[in-house]
Amino acid sequence: MESFSNKRKVLEAKPLSFGERIYLPAILKGLSITLKHFFRKSVTVRYPEQKREFSENFRGMHSLKRDEEGRERCTACGLCALSCPAEAITMISAERKPGEEKLYREEKYAAVYEINMLRCIFCGLCEEACPKEAIYLDGDIVPADYLRKDFIYGKDKLVEAPLNQ
Amino acid sequence: MGTTDILVKFALIVVIFLISLLIAMYSTYAERKIAAFMQDRVGPNRAGPFGILQPLADGAKMFMKEEIIPANSNKFLFIVGPSLAIMTACIGSAVIPWGQTLVIGGHPIDLQVTDINVGVLYIFGVVSLGVYGIMIGGWASNNKYSLLGAIRAASQNISYEIAMGLSIIALLMTTGTLSLGKIAADQHGFWSHGWFTWNVFKQPLGFLIFIVCAFAETNRAPFDLPECETELVGGYHTEYSSMKLGFYLFAEYINMFVSSAVMATLYFGGYNFPGMHYLADAGVAQNWITIIGVIALFAKIFFFIFFFMWVRWTLPRFRYDQLMDLGWKSLIPLAIANIVITGVVMNYFIK
Repeated sequence: MESFSNKRKVLEAKPLSFGERIYLPAILKGLSITLKHFFRKSVTVRYPEQKREFSENFRGMHSLKRDEEGRERCTACGLCALSCPAEAITMISAERKPGEEKLYREEKYAAVYEINMLRCIFCGLCEEACPKEAIYLDGDIVPADYLRKDFIYGKDKLVEAPLNQ
Repeated sequence: MGTTDILVKFALIVVIFLISLLIAMYSTYAERKIAAFMQDRVGPNRAGPFGILQPLADGAKMFMKEEIIPANSNKFLFIVGPSLAIMTACIGSAVIPWGQTLVIGGHPIDLQVTDINVGVLYIFGVVSLGVYGIMIGGWASNNKYSLLGAIRAASQNISYEIAMGLSIIALLMTTGTLSLGKIAADQHGFWSHGWFTWNVFKQPLGFLIFIVCAFAETNRAPFDLPECETELVGGYHTEYSSMKLGFYLFAEYINMFVSSAVMATLYFGGYNFPGMHYLADAGVAQNWITIIGVIALFAKIFFFIFFFMWVRWTLPRFRYDQLMDLGWKSLIPLAIANIVITGVVMNYFIK
């Protein structure tokens, strides 16, 4: 049959020549290839000691931001929790008491803010949803742990360090 | 034989036993490192500097693991299997000449446990016993995969022993002796009477056949069909756990060490190294030459162990019919032809 593309290639199963049948040249060739790789530099990144550079839009662990005066930006509006497709975020809001103006920017703040890192898919929808620019996924890789309960990160791990420190 | 002689022999046996265990231990580490390097990786590097303590960690893990004996297995034979495998692996080293005679305080110490005049036959006997460990273990597990692995091991070992024996016959025609001590001593130096003294230069084809058969006898890749995990789960040691599995793996590495030693002794001059004459003529003490010889032998052994691993991480596994084809249709006729050629050359060209 004529081929339409003229790209048809006829393959014939030729009987092996003597050199091919004794295998040894092919084996020696293979051995030389593996020996070449034996002396090649390994491509491994030795992870905990050595880290690969992240790209600029890498999404890692979340951090809750503070404003320029060191007050927490989050106002516990719940939009992040609402936007989260994995339902990883929960929060309990509280009203700011007089005298706490240095701590929280708005009258309402998150008393408890928890992210379950096992549920989180690092999609970044929470940072897109946030009207206060309070949450960003600009951290490192979330470290491994032994217990499920230790993957629920509270404010102690999420909130940025205060400015004066 | 006096008491000191017996004590010296006993010490030698213990030392050789410990060395073979140590080498087997570090072969597991070397295997993983070499595999890693050939695949552009790093390999084990967590336990100690460069992962040097990895074999100890592996050993500790093996001992700590739960020991499972399947309910429907033959419990006695299930334990006998790995014991036999490791025992036959260890006793093979008894006839290897590890070096010339050391003289300590006017007392000569032969660095060979026993120089029996049928040393080569002894090696063959031990090697063919080795398959019983695999057979018994595979059969006693009462598992079809184990049984298939055991049957494969048995038929493979029997097939390749024939070619191995035939390749040795051609070697024995040139050496004229079965004693390993004498074979090693005959390869003294490197060059004499216009030709190399090492047997590999007298029997290149025989050596090729021998090394292929050695790969098959030790169940190493590309002939590792008895334990081939893509078809038989784990082969004959599917049901084994804990240190009994460890003994099977250990036996494989000790076998590798012993067969490397046998190859070095039979074909690569054993403890002989080029330039022995010059050292002796220059007045270097005989003990030093002996020690250098032992180091040379171990260098050859390590090269062969490296070669075993190098081949393992290069070649894919044979199919079962290809394995049998190679053994029966290629290696045995080649070995017979080698015997004929050797006979003709010895009769008509070298008087």
